[in-house]
Amino acid sequence: MGALHGSETVNLLEVRGLTKIFGALKACDAIDLTIAKGEIHALLGENGAGKSTLVKMLFGTLEPYSGEILWNGQPVRIANPHAAKKLGIGMVFQHFSLFEALTAAENIALSLNEDTPISTIAAKAKALSYSYGLPLDPYSLVGDLSVGERQRIEIIRCLLQTPELIILDEPTSVLTPQEADKLFETLERLRSEGKSILYISHRLEEVKRMCDRATVLRHGKVVGHCDPRKETAASLARMMVGNEVKAVVRPPSEGIEKASVLLEIRNLSRKPATPFSIPLRDIKLDVRAGEVIGIAGVAGNGQGEFFEAVSGEALQDDAGAIRIRGKDAGRLSISGRRLLGAAFVPEERLGHGAAPRMRLSENLLLSRHTTDRKAFLGLAGLVHSGAVKFAAQRIIAAMDVRKSAVDPEAAALSGGNLQKFIIGRELDRQPAVMVVNQPTWGVDAGAAARIRQALIELARSGSAVLVISQDLDELFEISDLIAVMHNGELSKPLPRAEATLEKVGLLMGGAEPGHAERVLEVA
Amino acid sequence: MFESILITIATAATPLLIASVGELVVERSGVLNLGVEGMMVMGAVTGFGVALATGSPWLGVLAAIMVGALFSLLFGFLTLTLVTNQVATGLALTLLGLGLSGMLGEGFVGQPGVKMSYLYIPYLTDIPFVGKLLFGQDPLFYLSIILTAGVAWFLFRSRAGLTLRSVGDNHTSAHALGINVIGIRYLAVMFGGACAGLAGAYLSLVYTPQWIENMTAGRGWIALALVVFASWRPWRVLAGAYLFGAVSIGQLHAQALGIGVPSQLLSSLPYLATIVVLVLISRNRRLTMVNTPASLGRPFVPDR
Repeated sequence: MGALHGSETVNLLEVRGLTKIFGALKACDAIDLTIAKGEIHALLGENGAGKSTLVKMLFGTLEPYSGEILWNGQPVRIANPHAAKKLGIGMVFQHFSLFEALTAAENIALSLNEDTPISTIAAKAKALSYSYGLPLDPYSLVGDLSVGERQRIEIIRCLLQTPELIILDEPTSVLTPQEADKLFETLERLRSEGKSILYISHRLEEVKRMCDRATVLRHGKVVGHCDPRKETAASLARMMVGNEVKAVVRPPSEGIEKASVLLEIRNLSRKPATPFSIPLRDIKLDVRAGEVIGIAGVAGNGQGEFFEAVSGEALQDDAGAIRIRGKDAGRLSISGRRLLGAAFVPEERLGHGAAPRMRLSENLLLSRHTTDRKAFLGLAGLVHSGAVKFAAQRIIAAMDVRKSAVDPEAAALSGGNLQKFIIGRELDRQPAVMVVNQPTWGVDAGAAARIRQALIELARSGSAVLVISQDLDELFEISDLIAVMHNGELSKPLPRAEATLEKVGLLMGGAEPGHAERVLEVA
Repeated sequence: MFESILITIATAATPLLIASVGELVVERSGVLNLGVEGMMVMGAVTGFGVALATGSPWLGVLAAIMVGALFSLLFGFLTLTLVTNQVATGLALTLLGLGLSGMLGEGFVGQPGVKMSYLYIPYLTDIPFVGKLLFGQDPLFYLSIILTAGVAWFLFRSRAGLTLRSVGDNHTSAHALGINVIGIRYLAVMFGGACAGLAGAYLSLVYTPQWIENMTAGRGWIALALVVFASWRPWRVLAGAYLFGAVSIGQLHAQALGIGVPSQLLSSLPYLATIVVLVLISRNRRLTMVNTPASLGRPFVPDR
């Protein structure tokens, strides 16, 4: 083992025909993959292509149905994460596997060997975090930390196990561009130390910039291996999606400065609702008829709290803090705000945007029973189920929602199709004001393009559209103005033409004049 | 007089403390076992019966611990392996324990029991005022204090305790780290059952050495409330247990002194105090959120 055959070296990891089946779905279908020592290997694919399933099998949290994993040329069985760590595989999860009520040091201690004395871990973690330029206070409670800081804990935790192969699952989706640059430096340093990295992403630019080789997955199958530096972003996208994704068209907006303000937010402040949530500080924003305003920001900077305040999930003390079409709405419920012509799409599709075990038509009724009272409800509030079902079919047709039954349960739809339905449910009303939180999170490229186009068209037809998103590419694609939320404060909106990636990135990190001091004050 | 009141408070508080500390460990692992009352009463009847048959209160205590653990194992099997609803299963366990103990203990009613002897530490007991309180108690009193200290050390100083807390905070993450979530929960549930059994034996072997049907009289529920009252911290459980012990003894003395308050109202004081405290501590959300096991009561089913 480990012997050299001429110039050919044994791969660190080799995967042959790895398959995983969930029910009728082949999540991974005969996957082949090799990772050499000291390379950064990209795993590309759309949401639902099987990337997460594959790495879960490599890390031992899922059991393969068939296929073979070779480590240093030897076949191995990875029964659980413990076995994976023993081999030298470390993983940084996409959805953090951290414990909020524990300190950073305790979180790190949990993933280290039993024989590491607990008292030394804090010092060790601190030293390592500084040597990699990822400063970390080991005694802080994870629940109090920002998403970027949490990721540092994940990375430090992984590095302390001195793995040979590090798997990173969508690591930059929660970072500012500058934080991401820091991460790339760390990864390049690890590569120079001879470590191998499996880098999962759907951001093509960063893959092109850093990765030595790429494996592309589509519908659970490997569709190609390539050298990402020799490809273009467009050719990589084509491999991922399988066909050309229609580019979103944004017709120029004219005379918006004169258009009337449909959504007016004045001095909106909110105390933190829970110990781990962000207060909103004095937010001002005007959204005019005909324009799309995008709100960027690293996750966990108050976007969720802001959405709740605007949608009416949380009421304001001051009725004038939110005005919809010129009327005070700060103390109105969600239905009250809807009656004024507003529509809201929350971040979480299942459980928040839709009741998972209810049919699409029932979910339609749930959100529109007050606004469409005349159409959907009859005498004594009895439901006209025919009218509701008809409207549901209209939305399904308009948004091209693909489904397996005529009127399926919400949970039976894929993420992208359910999101199309939820957005379509609001668009169907032709709302004057539309507020959407993370419109295309976890949605495949085709559905995402459709949703984005629909939002632009709604604005151009004379509505005010406010989009909160973590996806900068998306905001640059659809917004007329971009504002940035950081630590509960909203920056002044920048016109699309002036907003550069660098400018927005700096704002995301909290680098507005006058802003930074306040951040320090809080810390 | 004052000294004897203090001693009776300690006697009233000890079973609450033992049962609560056990339940605290269970809840820290993320499992809500509402069957404390049932496990306690099973411990009481077993402890009484075995002590009566063998003449040894210690064998009674040992048997009560084992029966409590076995009873909780049933709860564990149902909720952890078969993933039944924890609240419903816990309630069923209480009802089963109350019924089963009544049936098993039918022949014990009215029989004189075996009382566990007190432990007098020479000389120290003679210290005025606190001597008897601190050094002249029954052995289980000392055990309850050692148990509290042991659990506090285990949870917040040892690696195993850290693992247990992590399971209670986020079982999905714990599983992803390779921690055996279900195994740890089984152990925690059985520890809680053993403690509840021990607390029950305290009632029928020390507090009132006899068997009366339903003799736990809601102490299991107080123990559950105490865990929340103490925001899942062992030393606060101790403080709470003694507070509740004082309230229940206080009402007995108030009755004896003929204070003109209806006895029913006084008997309800511990429960009223629980409600008031629950309301008060829920106002401090940071305190509750940092200490509350986030996975409490949520079933865990790993996908494979």
